Order: sequence, then C-alpha cells, then structure tokens
Amino acid sequence: MSLLSLDGVSRVYATRRGMFGRPVAVRAVDHVSLAVEAGQTLGIVGESGCGKSTTGRVALGIERPSEGSVLFEGAAMPAPGTPEWRRMRARLQLVYQDPLGAMDRRLTVATQIAEPLAIHGIGDAADRRDRVAALLRDVGLRADLAERHPHELSGGQRQRAVLARALATDPALLVCDEPVSALDVSIQAQVINMLTDLQEARGIAMLFISHDLKVVRQVSHQVAVMYLGRIVEQGDPEAIFADPLHPYSRALVSAIPVPGPRRIARVVLTGDPPNPADRPSGCAFHPRCPVAVAACALTTPALRPAADGRLVACHLVDGVAGTA
Amino acid sequence: MLRFIALRVGRALLTIVLVVTFAFVVLRLSGDPALMIMSPDAPPEALAAFRQAWGLDAPIWLQYLKYFGAILQGELGQSMRDGRPAIQLVAERIPATLTLTLPALALKVGLGIPAGIYAALHRNSMTDRVVMTFAVAGFTVPSFVLGLILVLIFAVQLGWLPSGGAESWRSIILPVIAMGLGGAGVLARFTRSAMLEVLGQPYIRTASAKGVPWGAVVRGHALPNAAIPTVTVVGFMVGSLMAGAVVVESVFSWPGVGRLMVVAVANRDLAVVQCVLLLVSATMVTSNLIVDVMYGVLDPRLRGQAPAGGGH
Amino acid sequence: MPAEPLVSIRDLRVAFHGLPALRGIDLDVMPNEAVGLVGESGCGKSVTWLAALGLLPPSAKVTGSVRLAGQEILGAAPSVLDRLRGGRVAMIFQDPASALNPVKRVGVQVAEALRLHRGMTGGTAEAEVLRLFDQVGIPDAKRRVHIYPHEMSGGQNQRVMIAMALAGQPELLVADEPTTALDATIQAQILDLLRRLQQETGMALVLISHDLGVVAEMCRRVCVMYAGRIIEYAPSDTLFADPRHPYTRGLLAALPDMVGPRRRLEAIPGGVPEPWNLPPGCAFAPRCGHATAACDAAMPGFVPVGVDHAAACVNLEAAIVAAMVAA
Repeated sequence: MSLLSLDGVSRVYATRRGMFGRPVAVRAVDHVSLAVEAGQTLGIVGESGCGKSTTGRVALGIERPSEGSVLFEGAAMPAPGTPEWRRMRARLQLVYQDPLGAMDRRLTVATQIAEPLAIHGIGDAADRRDRVAALLRDVGLRADLAERHPHELSGGQRQRAVLARALATDPALLVCDEPVSALDVSIQAQVINMLTDLQEARGIAMLFISHDLKVVRQVSHQVAVMYLGRIVEQGDPEAIFADPLHPYSRALVSAIPVPGPRRIARVVLTGDPPNPADRPSGCAFHPRCPVAVAACALTTPALRPAADGRLVACHLVDGVAGTA
Repeated sequence: MLRFIALRVGRALLTIVLVVTFAFVVLRLSGDPALMIMSPDAPPEALAAFRQAWGLDAPIWLQYLKYFGAILQGELGQSMRDGRPAIQLVAERIPATLTLTLPALALKVGLGIPAGIYAALHRNSMTDRVVMTFAVAGFTVPSFVLGLILVLIFAVQLGWLPSGGAESWRSIILPVIAMGLGGAGVLARFTRSAMLEVLGQPYIRTASAKGVPWGAVVRGHALPNAAIPTVTVVGFMVGSLMAGAVVVESVFSWPGVGRLMVVAVANRDLAVVQCVLLLVSATMVTSNLIVDVMYGVLDPRLRGQAPAGGGH
Repeated sequence: MPAEPLVSIRDLRVAFHGLPALRGIDLDVMPNEAVGLVGESGCGKSVTWLAALGLLPPSAKVTGSVRLAGQEILGAAPSVLDRLRGGRVAMIFQDPASALNPVKRVGVQVAEALRLHRGMTGGTAEAEVLRLFDQVGIPDAKRRVHIYPHEMSGGQNQRVMIAMALAGQPELLVADEPTTALDATIQAQILDLLRRLQQETGMALVLISHDLGVVAEMCRRVCVMYAGRIIEYAPSDTLFADPRHPYTRGLLAALPDMVGPRRRLEAIPGGVPEPWNLPPGCAFAPRCGHATAACDAAMPGFVPVGVDHAAACVNLEAAIVAAMVAA
C-alpha cells in the first residue's frame, strides 16, 4: 500500500477572462494519478503553469480536489479545517521555496521549531527542548544560531531551520516545493545532501517538486513530468532523463544547459507555454510539438505503459497514431 | 467598461445616502432644534408651535421618510433660522469657500509635488532633510494653530494683512497659506516616497542602460509611474474642496460653506446641515470616481485583459 | 598580431559605504568574443559591468580603469556615458517583466533607443522596430508593438529587451542573468537567439550567470568570480574538463549531474564571507580543503596553468614549481 496516492485528481478553478470576460474553468490539475511509497521520493518536474505546485497542495490536503481522491496511509484525506485534518498535519509537512516567508519575523528560530510540538501536544517543556536540540543537530544548525531571528540567518541556514521545524513532529511525508531554487549552488548541495541523509535516517517519504531537472534527478526514486496539468511521462528518473520518450520531456531534458558533452540533441520549442485557461484541443502539447500528427489535435492521449515499464502519454509512443 | 463605471457610480450614490442618513440620525437625536433656535426659556406653547411647524413632532422614521422623499424631489428644506431655502443659503456661500480652497489646492500641488520630487532626487542630502522637516512640520501643526500663529504675526504684530473677514484680496492670503501648507507637506512626503519606490525599480536602470539621459529618465520613466499613487492623494484633496475649509473659515471669520455648517450644527438647523453634507459628500464621491477612472488611464495594468502565461 | 581588446578593465575596485564589493578586476573582452562571468550571489559579477557602465548609485566608490576601444570611460561625463550606453555597449537584465516600464507600450520603449542612438523617428523608426521584433523572433510583430509588457510572457519580454538592446547596433552586449527568471524551454530559446544574433551582428557578448551550464554552452571563455575577484579564467572546455582553483572544483563537484551515475554531491562547507568580514589573504581559504598558512598571508596572484588558463591560488604555484623541480 502506498503511503500517499492520488487517483484521477483534478483541480479546477473558476476565473474570468480579463476583467469583464465570461467565466472560464481553469484545469490546473487534470486527472493526475500518482503514488509515493514510504521512504521514497517522487519528483515532479515541469515549467510554470504545469500544475505541479497545485498537485503538491492537493496531496497535502490543503486544497480539495474537484475530482478524484487522495489517500494517505490508506485513509481518505479529511476536508481542510476539520479536527482530523488538523491532527494529520503532524504526519505531513510542507517545505517551500522562500524560507524567509515561511517563518515569523518576530519569533526566534528555536521557538518556531518547537511550535509544532506545542500545537500537537507532544511532550512537556523539557522534552521539547531536548527534541529541538536533537533536530538542530540533525539539520546541522548551531544551537546559538537557533536563538536568533530568521532575518539574521543566511538563506541556507534559514532553509535548515524550516526543515527542522517540518521534521519536529516526525512526519511520514515531506512535500518540498522548490526548496533549493533560491539557494546558491554550493548551499544547494548542502541542503540536498541533508535531505537525502534525513530520508535515509528517518525513512521519510518525499514529494519533491521542482523545475530544476538536475536536482530532481539527484533526489528522486521516481519522477513525473507534467505539462498543463497532466502527467506526460512517469517512471524511473535514470530512464527518463537519459532517454526521454515524450516529445515534451525530450525538449525539457535537452533544454538543460550542461557543462561538458551533451547526451541529447537540443530540441528548441517554438512559441510560449500555453495559458491554462486556454487549453489546446486533444494533446495539450501538440501546438508546440515538433513531431505532432493529425491525431494529436483530436484526442487526448492517455498515460500508458511503454516498453520499459514507464508511463507515457503520447500517441506516437503508443503507436496508435494513424489508427485514430 | 460600462459595468466598471456603473458599479462605481452605484457605490458613490450609496455612500451619499449613508452619509446623509447618518447625519440625520445624529442630529435629530442629539438635541432639540426648537430649544436651540428659539431659546431655552421660551414658553412651552411657542416651542410646541415651532415643532409642529417644522414637523418635528412626528415620529422619527416618518420625518426621515419625508425628508428623503423631499430630497428625491429636489426639495432640500428650509433653514429654521431664517426660513430661506437651504439650497440658496448654501449656494451663496460656495464661491466664498472656493476662493479659499482652490488657491490652497494650487499651493498644495504646486509646492508639495515639486518639493517631493526634488527631495527624492537628492535623497539624504541636506536639502532633502530640510524639505522633509518642513513637510512634517506642515502637516503636524493643525491648520487652526498655524492660522492663529499667522494672524498673530502678520495681522497683529506686523499689521500687514487683515486678520479676518473678506474685504480685499489681501484677506485671502493668510487663510490660503494656513490651509495649503499642511497639504503641501503631506503631498511632499507622499510624492517623495512614491518617487523613491519608482526610482528603485529595475526599469529605471534599464532606461539608464539604454542611454536615456537622467533628466529624461526622471521625466519620461519615473514620473508617469510615480503619478499613479500620487493621484490618489491629490484626488482626496480635490474631494475636500468643500469640506476642508471648515476650521480655517472659523479662525478667519470667512463667510464660506464651512462657517455656515458650524453655525447650523450648533443650532441644529437640520435642513442646512443636511444640505451641506449632501454637497460635501457629493464632491468627495465624484472626486473619488474621477480618481478611479484616472487609474485606468495612468496604469495600463488595471485596464483589463489577463496577462499571457509562461515564464516564472 | 593579436587584435586590440574591445573592452579592457584594469584593477576595477568598487566599495559601497566602505565595504568592498569588487577587489581588483582585470578583464579583456575581444571583438566578437563570448565571455562568461560566473559565480554565486555576492561575488560581484553584475557589479563589475554596472560599474564599468557607470550605472551604480552615486554612493558607490569606483576606482580603476575601463577602456572601450582604447578610450577611458570610467568616470566619463554623463553625456559621454549616455551616448555609449545602449549605443556601443548595451546591457540586458534579469526578470524582463520588471525591467520594462509598465506604463509604456513596448514599441515605444524600443523606439526610444532608436531615437537616441540612430536618430530615427516617425515612420522610419516604426519600420525598424518591426524589423527588430522580427529579428528577435517575436511573432505577430505588427500587433505586439502596441501592447504593454504585462500583456506578454516572460520570454517575449526578454525578446523585447534584446530588441531594445540591438536597436543601437552595439559592439558589445552584456547580458546579466538573462534567463534566470525564465522556464527551461524558454531559456533554451533565448540562449539560442543570443547565439544566433551574436553570429549575425558580429557583436561581442558578456554573459553573466550563476548557472555554469549556461555559461559553458554559450561562451568561448569563462571567468569564475568569488568575493569580488576573478579567481580562475580559461577557455570554457578546459575550465570544465580541468578546473584548477579549489573553488571552481568545488562548484563543479557540487552540481548534480544529468548524465553518469548518481553520486553524493560534494558540498563546499560554510558560506560566502560577508563584505565586512573578508579573510585576509585568499577569501576562499576558510572553506578550502587545501588551505595552508600561505593562503592567509596575502591575496594570491594568478598562476598560469595552461594555455590562456590561470588560477589565483598559491598552492598551484607550489605544485608547479615542485613539478618543474622534479622534471
């Protein structure tokens, strides 16, 4: 049984086109199914508007899916705001891109790390102090730094503090939304190592959302590539990044600038990423796809297993093009 | 766009209705006009007759309905003091008030905005600090204190300018200064911070990197952006063209709408008070409406279409 | 005979309120060359070019020499700088959405550059704006000329910035993190565009980035900066194949790979020193695994380690001397 499973989840927002236009339904997430196994990391990659952050929020239970179901530890995710949902916060935690925004300016770091313990009524004051000290050791933050306020720390130190707070209640799942994107390369490496070490030590599962494919490859056991709210390719990171099957994954992987020799020839896409309020018909990627055929504009491809077991949503990979 | 304006106009009208209702309630509940106007020791029959003549003996909700109905018909009632139509009384005084408030507005804008821009361009220099000190002094000192000080110096000690009344062109100098300096200080400070915010934006650096001379950067790139928040404050000042002179008119015995209002409130002269309030709220609300529309003109981001997707 | 450098920077130093941001930069850019300037935040890579072009606030203290085709431009009169900025040297910035004036139409902003540097107005200017939009790959140019920056995507805004930069027909384009705020596939498009434009116009390109991959792909020569100094420079293939300075090696080891087996990242311990707390001698010494007493004694000079390849590290010198002695 997977620790977390999303089944056919959609998240639809109602917005207007412009200030006075007619209301339009924006499918930020469209029939997404994925599973995170205990102690493993599922990476989600994609560009802006692909719905990865929304997926993360639905997985956490912060937002209710418009369609589909979210199961955590076998049980349905309770509705936001209910007492069961609040109790569940101890098992699921979120770390996101802006560590300064995630922390309260007025409280010391140590107080904020202890806060979840207080909220969930874990241990007495002495226990909490010990736990906070242990957490600080785990994340490599000096005890004297914890007595400071968030704005007095560097970016890397802040992110460690945020992690310490997230780990306070010993969660089973950590949802990380661009946790290292705002950090310099050398600090990024420190935080990434810390995340993988903590995963090994504590058996925490992670849902790692990022636009940076290199980082996702480093930490993930499974990866899903999203485009305009749908998963277009899913499976083993090695396979997907070494030889992407879906044309979008191919373009995305080839777009990553790397020092040294290039594995995949650069595929430069034309045009801009589409507006989620303005979905193309059929396969959402077809207007920009270098190998699109007629069928691509007509039917949306389903996510189907390819030869090596990974899932791909593409008519051409399926071999169904021409039989539409 | 039509809906945009219709919504704003609707809200404006609702505001006016609420203001007038509020004033009605407060005035009726806070004192007896009969006693104020006739005098506390008039005989009870005279008081009763007065009340009956003015409809003050009816239940309050009935009075309100009557009043509202009358307004909708354009009938704003008569002054209880001298029986003349309230509209006439108020209309007579409008030019006098405008004689003070319009030059004061010109002073606020003409002194405040350039001072603020200059201070922003020479940030932290001596001039900046001096200008800002004066600005703060300008808006912390209440206008009547400033007015009284001005009267003391220029009218009493030096005898250069009259201390009150409205006889000659010299009479407007002191009241205009008393009213205008405070607003100039507010505008200076506000304009300065709007300019500083704009000057710190990346597109100013782009303009310089493009080779635009600094003067043109300030005029062509910074000012149009800094105008957007500044327009709000100026709009507010325009809105108080009618109401803003109350205190100063009292200090300088200026026969304007403000003075009329003060006297009418003291006397619970309901029709006049309500008429002035209607005028004041209409002015304020219209001015806000214009500011809202100006926003759309000055800031294309507020005009409509949602931005395209892409980039993060 | 080697050509004259287009831009020659010597001993450029910048201090903000007494705190050093640049501690002596020497850099040459040849005509039609693509040079990369790479480093983490606070290393001074952007400040170098802002200082060279006189774009820093008046409170910044700038000393040294910057020559453009032999002419000294550091501290030049504002009229001289205004003419050359956007004219001979153009600069584009990060986050194009906020780098464009939000209340002016994009066509007008590009036309402003045309008016300033090529004296074009009216119909001639309009036609040229359209041509520039085509050159940078903005589709539907006739319509797009009249819209505002917020009505376009990040990638398109960056193309407008590039068009604006090209308007003055510059000999050098300085691109400061031009793709950092953009999605990966759009980044690829913009870099592709810059490469093509460089070939078409023959201009030199200075690409500033924290992303080693971007710089590796685009530039023939790369300089690595740390705490206000250049600590290593080399042709880009050489730099990534054979980095010599411990910091460069550390940076490359800290980067997750896209190919090859997954390995634990080698993080550089500690953090970049604050400007008020710079170590005496080599600024990287506190974090360096190979630091010796000599590192704290004085700022290391450049040690040549290959063709056009040098690194500022005293231990390299010792190693080379030892190798020479042993040979």
